[in-house]
Amino acid sequence: MSDLVTDNLNMVFELPDGSSVHALKDVTFTLKKGELLSVLGPSGCGKTTLLNIVAGFLHPTGGSIKLGGSIIEKPGVDRGMVFQQGALFEWLTVADNVNFGLRMKNADKEDTRQKVEEWLNIVGLQGFGETPTYQLSGGMQQRVALARCLINDPDLILMDEPLGALDALTREKMQSLVLKIWKETGKTIMIITHSVEEALLLGERLFVMAPRPGRLHKQYRLPFAEMGLDGDPREIKNEDKFVETREEILTMIWNMEEEIMGKVEAA
Amino acid sequence: MIVAILYIALVIVFIWSIMHGRKIIRTERTDAVFGNPIRTQGGYHWVACGVSSILLVWFTFSWDAGRAFFPNAANELCQVAKLNRAVNPIRSAFPIDNRHLLGTRILNRDLHQIELLSEELDDLDLTDAEREDLSALVDDVRETLVLQASTEYMAPGISERFQDIAMRIEKLALDIQSDDFPGPVNETQMAEALAQPGWGESSTEIPVLPKTDRGHVFDAAAEIMGEITSDYSEIRNDGPELVKRIEDIRQRIQELEAVAVQDTYADILSDIEKISKRVDDFRVFPTQVTQGIEASLILLEESMHDRQGGLRFIDAWALPGGAILAGNNACSEQGSGRWLPKPSDTLATFIWMADPAQGYKGFPLFWYKMKPVSEMVDFIVPDLIADLIPGEYGHHDERGNIDYRFKDRIYSFVTGDFDSFSVPVPTGHIWDSILRVLAGLFLGILLGVPLGLFMGLSRFAKGYFDPLVELYRPVPPLAWAPLILTIFGIQDDGKIFLLFMVAFAIMVISARTGATGTQLSKIHAAHSLGATNRQIIQQVILPNSLPEILTGIRISIGVCWGTLVAAEMLAGTTGIGFVENVARKQSDYEIIWMTIIVMGVLGLLFDLIMRFVIDKTIPWRGKG
Repeated sequence: MSDLVTDNLNMVFELPDGSSVHALKDVTFTLKKGELLSVLGPSGCGKTTLLNIVAGFLHPTGGSIKLGGSIIEKPGVDRGMVFQQGALFEWLTVADNVNFGLRMKNADKEDTRQKVEEWLNIVGLQGFGETPTYQLSGGMQQRVALARCLINDPDLILMDEPLGALDALTREKMQSLVLKIWKETGKTIMIITHSVEEALLLGERLFVMAPRPGRLHKQYRLPFAEMGLDGDPREIKNEDKFVETREEILTMIWNMEEEIMGKVEAA
Repeated sequence: MIVAILYIALVIVFIWSIMHGRKIIRTERTDAVFGNPIRTQGGYHWVACGVSSILLVWFTFSWDAGRAFFPNAANELCQVAKLNRAVNPIRSAFPIDNRHLLGTRILNRDLHQIELLSEELDDLDLTDAEREDLSALVDDVRETLVLQASTEYMAPGISERFQDIAMRIEKLALDIQSDDFPGPVNETQMAEALAQPGWGESSTEIPVLPKTDRGHVFDAAAEIMGEITSDYSEIRNDGPELVKRIEDIRQRIQELEAVAVQDTYADILSDIEKISKRVDDFRVFPTQVTQGIEASLILLEESMHDRQGGLRFIDAWALPGGAILAGNNACSEQGSGRWLPKPSDTLATFIWMADPAQGYKGFPLFWYKMKPVSEMVDFIVPDLIADLIPGEYGHHDERGNIDYRFKDRIYSFVTGDFDSFSVPVPTGHIWDSILRVLAGLFLGILLGVPLGLFMGLSRFAKGYFDPLVELYRPVPPLAWAPLILTIFGIQDDGKIFLLFMVAFAIMVISARTGATGTQLSKIHAAHSLGATNRQIIQQVILPNSLPEILTGIRISIGVCWGTLVAAEMLAGTTGIGFVENVARKQSDYEIIWMTIIVMGVLGLLFDLIMRFVIDKTIPWRGKG
């Protein structure tokens, strides 16, 4: 039972000028093992704050958060992270980046080597083990980041806009890779994204968050991730239900943005 | 000879590098727009251009090239300088180099003084009678001066004497152009002249006796000119009337002095006497009587120019930035030729000093010496070890025999009291300097990097150490030097500590910048990969700060060299800065330049090593 359970999570940031920002308000949800969740929302809605709390980098000011029954207090190997820019250690080779977690635990060397090879195969980087990471393209760097996170066998994988900096084509390939890994490993995955299409395509479950204060606005349960495992993502994106949901969510977010920024005057 | 070949080679390299550079510019890739760093890659021909141009400037302005191509030029110019020196006293009396005649200058100056004096007289608190006496006196002094300019009271025969001078100068002007002048040269003189050491071969820089025909002409002319000048300077405008007037003034001053009781009165009287003593030099002549001399001087100058011929061109182009001047019995280089030593001389000095048997102040520049291993053991192994070993030291018995035990043997070992083979160890001024820089740098890195990282990671460390480091860092190291040298002594300890202070501050700041510049996502990633705090510092923050740390080391080396030389100049008996300091006190420009070049080359060498290290250790810089 390694479900992620949050109960009335609240996060209030005290600013130096005395005021405070309510970044998260009464966030309650349960993410079952093996579920794939995407979180969507306009900027400033607390997506990244939520992720940082789950990762253990922040402590909530109210409510509780548990993974597999134990309270999350600090970062740990049971929650792997993938960042937008990869956050690779550029002074290390691809293999040394991937085996970083195992080296920190002083794992058996031969075992480590095999695992690295295995994971480089899975993410499609066979033979790149000795390449310095600064020579890789953005997409390849994200593959290394994925492998580096997965080799530790975490219960929960947290992705902070992992594909945000990639070009459209690489992005589609990486989306398929994420789905493939989700299916093959059965990991619980939480993805934060800006892209509505990506959220629909990857999210078995989808949270739309609203800003000021950051809160869960609407939850969906979607079939597209399952479909995407076998089907062609581009066909899925053209399906009526996909288009319909996309428009609904876009309108929702557009309205939120207008609420904050004020209506854009017609020229 | 070698210098001449080298100089021509440098000119060729210089021209070639510019031509080559221009050719490359024409065929340059156009895709590298302005601002693209690719535009700075390669370009070794520009290195050749820069090096050759600076060497050309050095060879030219130190007159090394001039000496190589025209070895006799200095000797000939020395003879010309002798003639110039002989002409100068007459020449300076005429408006050739000056604006006015000497007489005009004297009149202008003395009349002004007399004017001031008579104004002062009006303001003084004197009786009317006294005032009248003194005014009359001042008026008479003025008149005596002014009358010198008139032909009416001119001393008899002056005109003829001036004419004679002018004629003699004219004759000399014609003589130096003639082939017969100065007649056959005495053979012993010739032999003596040729036996002189060449230019720059002895401490008298330039051989003073004429070696060439042209030299003989000017040497002989200088001698004749010396006589003319001496005759000229004896001419005084002391006509009987003027002498009588001065006598009269002098007598009246004496009479007035005898009765002077008041201080102000005596003072002004002595002022008047001073001026009257200037007036009785009789150096003012009627303008028209000296005109002939001015014309003859100009003729002489033209004649000298003609006789010098190509020598003037050599003087201007091969010996630029100065001139050769004649003294009483020697000629010397003045200007850049003097303070900029010739490259060949500098190299010769360096080779002479690099000989370990020679060295400088009894210490080689850079060499090795054999050192027994036991000495190093004594230095490295602490004596405490012997004390820590269980047991007791031996003691003597009733019969005075000493019973040495194991502990004693260990003690002999740690104190280096045993026979051992020797190994070569570097030594010398340069090595001492390098060692000090490296020691200071090493300590600075060893302590500065951890503290810098700590300050980048901890609020306590930042707050606590920031004022300490930031307060001492901006103080120039030389300001600390007297204090540090007093506390730690003038030997290596003080200097190394001074260098440590310099390197430490730079390393703290660079390591701190590196640590605070670590991307948060990398730290987060390391945390969620299970790294401990210690592992994060070692495996993430330290390597991530490497670019800043290495740049810090590169800057430190440069600053340390600068500080070291300054510190060695303050005190000490070895080191490259010590060499320069001693040379400075003796005005030995060759050794000064040699030390400057040695320091520059060493600094460059260290920087090249650091560049290489940076390229090898942080290839990702700027590409992440």
